Amino acid sequence: MKGILGKKKGMTRIFTEDGIVQPVSVIEAGPCVITQVKTHQTNGYQAIQLGYQDARNLNKPMSGHLRKSAPMKHLREFRTDDLAEAQLGQKINVDIFQPGDLVDITGISKGKGFAGGVKRYNFSGGPKTHGQSDRWRAPGSVGAGTTPGRTFKGTKMAGHMGSRKTTVTNLRVVHIDAERNLLLVKGAIPGGSNSVLIIKQSKKRI
Amino acid sequence: MDLNLVIPTTPNPNISEFRQGDRITVTVKVREGERERLQAFEGDVIRKRGRGLGSTFTVRRVSHGIAVERTFPYYSPSVESVKLVRHQKSRQARPYYLRSLYGKAARLKEDRRRSRR
Repeated sequence: MKGILGKKKGMTRIFTEDGIVQPVSVIEAGPCVITQVKTHQTNGYQAIQLGYQDARNLNKPMSGHLRKSAPMKHLREFRTDDLAEAQLGQKINVDIFQPGDLVDITGISKGKGFAGGVKRYNFSGGPKTHGQSDRWRAPGSVGAGTTPGRTFKGTKMAGHMGSRKTTVTNLRVVHIDAERNLLLVKGAIPGGSNSVLIIKQSKKRI
Repeated sequence: MDLNLVIPTTPNPNISEFRQGDRITVTVKVREGERERLQAFEGDVIRKRGRGLGSTFTVRRVSHGIAVERTFPYYSPSVESVKLVRHQKSRQARPYYLRSLYGKAARLKEDRRRSRR
């Protein structure tokens, strides 16, 4: 299981040799430190905990937890079947990936606030003309009549949108800059600039 | 962090300096199956936008009474070269008004002051 933590830096474009434009997201990934190795014996499951970004002020429980590795701001766990090479305090850099690899990227999407059905669920809204009033972005019917006599749970309605954990799968790694810890993937990734991301080798095989 | 510096790009040395309103010739690489050839496109610059890797410029030309506007990415490797044909005066940063003019009225005056330099 290859994985690393990083921060979104924004988007730009690069040109291929034939002059085709590729939209790319720039990620500052790593360096990360293995802060804990979880095993079947001690934890009941196998995982590696990675830390990202040096921290200065940690509370006592955290500094106790990270005493044997390094003080880190962000900690995330990666489930893995193979712990053979994992060692506490080991550094992980972007060079675990190579251009051409496929990765899944998880982050917190941008918050959209309280959004209506049109924006949140791609409802079509009502007709804009032909004598309609106040129906442009209305959700329409939310259920049948006397039977069942209620609106079903989970019916798509207006509500809070965004600020959720989102994963974009199968993004192609376009370029790697090991010196500056940069990872460039083709396409958009969740969240705003400087939001923390989890980058994993793709689960699906294509 | 400046995202334009992520992948080091040098401006194409064959692109000469030009301003809005100037007449330029853009040479583009065109791929036809296996073969690659060069194609020239000459016209007036009606837009230059952006800085960094996303910069583009738009050239308007009228051929056989039909106006064609083409937008080129400044940093694209398919733009072989840009040659300045004539300095022309434009008071607007984006002389879109040329679209509503045709024939002799759609000409821009030469900027002799800049040509002399």
